[in-house]
Amino acid sequence: MKRLIGLFLLLLVSASPSCAVEPDELLKDPGLESRARSISSELRCLVCQNQSIDDSHAPLARDLRVLVRQKLVDGAGDDEIRNFLVDRYGDFILLKPRFSADTLILWFAPFIVLAFGGFSIFRVARRRAGLKSAPLDASERLHLDALLKEKDATKL
Amino acid sequence: MIVELGHFALIMAFVTAMVQTILPMWGAVARDPGLAGMARYSAFVTFALVLLAFVSLTLAYIGSDFSVANVVMNSHSTKPLMYKISGVWSNHEGSMLLWVLILTVFAALVAVRGGGMPERLLASVLSVQGAIAAAFLLFVILTSNPFLRLSDPPAEGQGLNPILEDPGLAIHPPMLYLGYVGFSVAFSFAVGALIHGRIDAVWARFVRPWTLVAWIFLTLGIAMGSYWAYYELGWGGWWFWDPVENASLMPWLLGTALLHSTVVMEKRDALKVWTILLSILTFSFSLLGTFLVRSGVITSVHSFASDPTRGIFILCILMLFIGGGLVLFAWRAPMLRQGGLFAPVSREGALVVNNLFLATSAVAVLVGTLYPLALEMLNGNKISVGAPYFNMTAVPLFIALLLFVPFGQSLAWKRGDLLGVGQRLLVAFGIAIAAMIGTFAVTRGGPVAAPLGLGLGVWLIMGSATDIFNRCYRKGISFGIAFDRAVGLPRSAWGTALAHAGMGITVIGISATVWGVETLGVIRKSEPLSVGPYTVTLEQAFKRSGQGFREDVARFTVSEGGALRGAVETSKRIHLGREMPTTEAGIVTYGLGQLYASVNEIMPDGRVSIRFYWKPLVTLIWGGALVMGIGGALSLSDRRARIAVSVKNRKSVLTKSGARV
Repeated sequence: MKRLIGLFLLLLVSASPSCAVEPDELLKDPGLESRARSISSELRCLVCQNQSIDDSHAPLARDLRVLVRQKLVDGAGDDEIRNFLVDRYGDFILLKPRFSADTLILWFAPFIVLAFGGFSIFRVARRRAGLKSAPLDASERLHLDALLKEKDATKL
Repeated sequence: MIVELGHFALIMAFVTAMVQTILPMWGAVARDPGLAGMARYSAFVTFALVLLAFVSLTLAYIGSDFSVANVVMNSHSTKPLMYKISGVWSNHEGSMLLWVLILTVFAALVAVRGGGMPERLLASVLSVQGAIAAAFLLFVILTSNPFLRLSDPPAEGQGLNPILEDPGLAIHPPMLYLGYVGFSVAFSFAVGALIHGRIDAVWARFVRPWTLVAWIFLTLGIAMGSYWAYYELGWGGWWFWDPVENASLMPWLLGTALLHSTVVMEKRDALKVWTILLSILTFSFSLLGTFLVRSGVITSVHSFASDPTRGIFILCILMLFIGGGLVLFAWRAPMLRQGGLFAPVSREGALVVNNLFLATSAVAVLVGTLYPLALEMLNGNKISVGAPYFNMTAVPLFIALLLFVPFGQSLAWKRGDLLGVGQRLLVAFGIAIAAMIGTFAVTRGGPVAAPLGLGLGVWLIMGSATDIFNRCYRKGISFGIAFDRAVGLPRSAWGTALAHAGMGITVIGISATVWGVETLGVIRKSEPLSVGPYTVTLEQAFKRSGQGFREDVARFTVSEGGALRGAVETSKRIHLGREMPTTEAGIVTYGLGQLYASVNEIMPDGRVSIRFYWKPLVTLIWGGALVMGIGGALSLSDRRARIAVSVKNRKSVLTKSGARV
């Protein structure tokens, strides 16, 4: 059976020049197919620049798409498939990096910056809350009154 | 001969840029008006020389002078004129020359418009511009010289990469560079202000138009690039979170923050220190973007290592200007006087929140872009950071910020009334919620994200409408007066409203992508395929040849509910002398949506393997950006921005504005 599948895969791959998801790759079961799409849109095509295998036209991407679908048909879970691919190709294949010691800073940095920025603003606002603007002196007050009078005169 | 002239002009430009750097700064510090006055003339001369160099290279391209290595590698004698010209900046050397040209254009424009500026400030601003130009001119001359001749010239050039053979190349890079480089003016102004230790609302008034110009071009440049990728790359995506895209998004985010904080400074003389820092950081991100794209460090650490001269050179420029700017900031910023006070709930307070979110999202994009590189250098582990990361970090920040925008727009300066603002926005909020629920009801069972995003877009548009409405209309006044007041509103008010509404339009376009329909199929002649509301039928598949290429074309007719709507063609194109075929997508626009066809393969038996998308409202993504750009332009034409023209005009405008209500 395994050999048969292998042969089938080989046939699929060699049948035509490869392109991003092709009609003959699609699974019959729409549920499985949509899982396949969502998994493969988070896998990096290893030979392209920053493209997911779902978008890529490279032959390797096609092989991987077929592989993902085959595993889904065999009943594998999403994580199982991802783990399998990471074992084979390394973390590089995941477009969404896993949470680990290596990616701790990556995932937390935006939120730390937001919290730190928010806290700094809060502190400055607190410090400033006590401050008052200098009161107007006599000449400034006269000037202001004159301006206000002028504004009243031209009011709509 | 003309090439040697250009080469010589480039070297001379370096010399005059050095003059522009040293003498005016000396004059500004030593208070020598004669030396400070050198700033303007040297800026003009440097610009003229770089222009001469650029024109000579362009002429070499137009005349297909294949004794020049750069022309050989990027042009072909049979290219149409437009692609010969845009070929100039299709490559590293030429695009760096364009970069420097735009830098000197900005310096020359500052010199022209600087009549009303304090002489010392103008001198130091132009001096810093000169220093940046000198550094990049040296970079071009030493590591990326486009004028090198070949001793044994070939008869024909190697041609342009077919993907670049597109009107997009003619427009996209110059626009993007106008944006990137435009932020250098804000940087120079910040450094000038730090050197003088003096910064106030007048400074903000001078600097704001330049920031706005840069922002407009960057906005349009990014949108243009996005549309280009959308139709050229052939799989219908419009944003890929690619490092090169991120490199342009980061300065945009910080530039947007800068635009808003400059307003606070101009109106209320507050946020001075932060605005100065932001001016330095925004241009730093532009430089970083240039470094990322130009050094090749992102595509592969190894390609960078194999030819490190260019990368290390730009890295040195980067450290010189970013480091120098920040050191100067750390040293001088504490001496700046505190500005106007404001309550936490106020327009100023809202703009502080705006800046916090924009700056944080820029950090998220920065971290995501550089992290794989840093990690690999650190411990050799290779990871990828792709779209899912940015969708989980930067996008929530954007959404939070956008939810907040209409409030900020309606708050009063200095001390705002949140309750009052809430009441005024009630109608806008109601409409947004109604739009959301209505859409949800109509598309029941469909994805939830789309109605939510649509509601957010409507909220932004209605928030802007509310702002304009409240500025013009008050209970008891007639519509005639309200109309007069609407006409009489400062153009910057309309500009703000349009720009925010434009953002709303883009948000709607982005949300609607969730409703996109994708259909894959292998079909025979006359066989129909349904794509969303349309039915496409393969009319014929045929071969065709054009200028410099031949292609396999698949032509489809499009009908809707039995009625013929039109036709669409997509092809696999093989360019002469290139092996890799490119996919030419076929796009037809119906209403605000687009039907997007991309051929996989045309089989020998006449069957066509095809991919169709129906993308409802997709044009709003770029249409919104266009509206944002128009809003920016309107704001730029406000009399506030024109005030800086000259002392004489300023006087008359001031008296006029004094009489305004």
